[in-house]
Amino acid sequence: MSNIKYILGSFGDPDEMMHGIEKLQENNIKIHDVYTPMPIHGIEAKLGIKRSRLDIAAFFFGITGTITMLTGVYLATVVDWPINIGGKTHFALPDFIPITFELTILFCAFGLVGSYYASTHLFPGRAPRVMDLRASNDRFIIAVDAKENTDHTKIDELLKGAGALEVKHNERKYISYE
Amino acid sequence: MGTHHYNLSEQFEFTGKVKILSIVGILIGVGAIAYGFISDAHERTFANLLLMAYYFACVCMSGAFFLAVQYVAQAGWSASILRVPQAMAKTLPIAVIILLAVIGLGLYTHNLYHHWADPELLVEGGAKYDKLIAGKSAFLNIPFFMGRQIVFLGAYSFFAIKFAQWSGQEDLHGGLDYYRKGFKNACIFLVIYGFTTPIFAFDTIMSLEAHWFSTMFGWYNFAAMWVSSLATIAVIIILLRKAGYMQWVNNSHLHNLGQFIFGFSIFWTYVWFSQFLLIYYANMSEETVYFYKRFNNYESWFYINLILNFLTPLLLLMDRDNKRSENILLTVSIVVLCGHWVDYYQMIMPGVFEFGPKVIDGKPGSGFGFIEIGIALGFIGLFTYTVLSALSKKALAPKNHPFLQESLNHHL
Repeated sequence: MSNIKYILGSFGDPDEMMHGIEKLQENNIKIHDVYTPMPIHGIEAKLGIKRSRLDIAAFFFGITGTITMLTGVYLATVVDWPINIGGKTHFALPDFIPITFELTILFCAFGLVGSYYASTHLFPGRAPRVMDLRASNDRFIIAVDAKENTDHTKIDELLKGAGALEVKHNERKYISYE
Repeated sequence: MGTHHYNLSEQFEFTGKVKILSIVGILIGVGAIAYGFISDAHERTFANLLLMAYYFACVCMSGAFFLAVQYVAQAGWSASILRVPQAMAKTLPIAVIILLAVIGLGLYTHNLYHHWADPELLVEGGAKYDKLIAGKSAFLNIPFFMGRQIVFLGAYSFFAIKFAQWSGQEDLHGGLDYYRKGFKNACIFLVIYGFTTPIFAFDTIMSLEAHWFSTMFGWYNFAAMWVSSLATIAVIIILLRKAGYMQWVNNSHLHNLGQFIFGFSIFWTYVWFSQFLLIYYANMSEETVYFYKRFNNYESWFYINLILNFLTPLLLLMDRDNKRSENILLTVSIVVLCGHWVDYYQMIMPGVFEFGPKVIDGKPGSGFGFIEIGIALGFIGLFTYTVLSALSKKALAPKNHPFLQESLNHHL
């Protein structure tokens, strides 16, 4: 049993990489992930990646901000310190729409930045872990789990045949920028 | 993506049920106008005519605005749907003639703009002398007012027709010359349009209540006309698609239109609320009179307006899948179109009728009945008839548009 964990096909051209994905999928070889230095149109559909749930998270972060502000305003202007301002009711909603809107946006933005860090394991001060350094530069990487797909020579052939410039057999999942 | 084969030179055939229904609509409209005058509700008829003529003109001129925005942004996604706003732009001159006729006759018969268009208001020491109106008379006098209307609407019509013409010639001759010409003129048009639409809205709608003014009013109207035009474009495209035309329009195009409708509905609310908040907060009687009339006489309309134009698009179009769904986008667009009718109703009726729906000294107030529905149906029929006739004259895709391929392969 070999110690190889991941097989990386490194392509110089996005079209060839897309072709490589097709080839692997035709042979029922499961692709772990694909890393590209730029967004590639239609790749999510091809890899069958589920839709991001970031929009749902955004909605709930936003609504949390709305509720926080309205509660805060209510506590301050009605419960704690009611003041008569221009003869209006204490909880004069239109006055506080702009600030509620602002806090909705603020909570939404901070929440999304937090979600992004959490889902990508990127935190300030932490060195990012990547599978191939050139994936953020000039190479398009297809990663195949070598433990699940045991016919390594066939994977190599398919990747090379599709135009991979280099095929790597890695014993560790990640290399890091450290 | 890939190899699709669409018949890009297909043409819309304007026949059958749609044609008959639009003519029936026009006849109902004529009937409603006749009924309005026979039943002695002159003011109410004129107010409704102004509402619908303004709505009609605004939707068409925002069609030209849509074309100009696409030129200036060098947008690719919209290339294959441009024939619809072009048809709306081509209809603009008809809408302009109707609007000018309504305004002119309204002034002539003293049914509209009586807050300022009465020479006795300016006679110092006279019984009807009004100092505020006299102070505004350098701007609000009939020759200058009509002159502005004719110059502004004429300029919009000129550019609207030119955009449609150049696109037609692009079909015949190809090349980039027509696109460049369109781009250059779109820049000029946008500057003119941006500076003059607020004044156009001040004149046509805000001067119905000439004592009151709001600097937000121009943008408020601009937002209303732009979002209603986008909703109209969406409705026409979805109905054409359902009828078997324009099969190249995919759900990514709908997504973009949905984003536009969603975004500009929020923008409309933003401007509407900005106008409201300042007046509410400052609470000065000369300003609050505007909302006082609307709260007292039209309270339910006031909230319906917000539900239709803000909450509906906000809640129904927020989700990505809903923007991409034909039926939901169609429903929301129709709701928004009805909503902006309510919005214009809110702007016009309390200005024309001092006491709202109440009958004062035997003079009937505003209302909601056959006159309103009939005139609205009449203008919908007229709009359908004129826009669809204009649409049927050319192929449904501008086949030599430089971005057509990008638009056909549009994918979000």
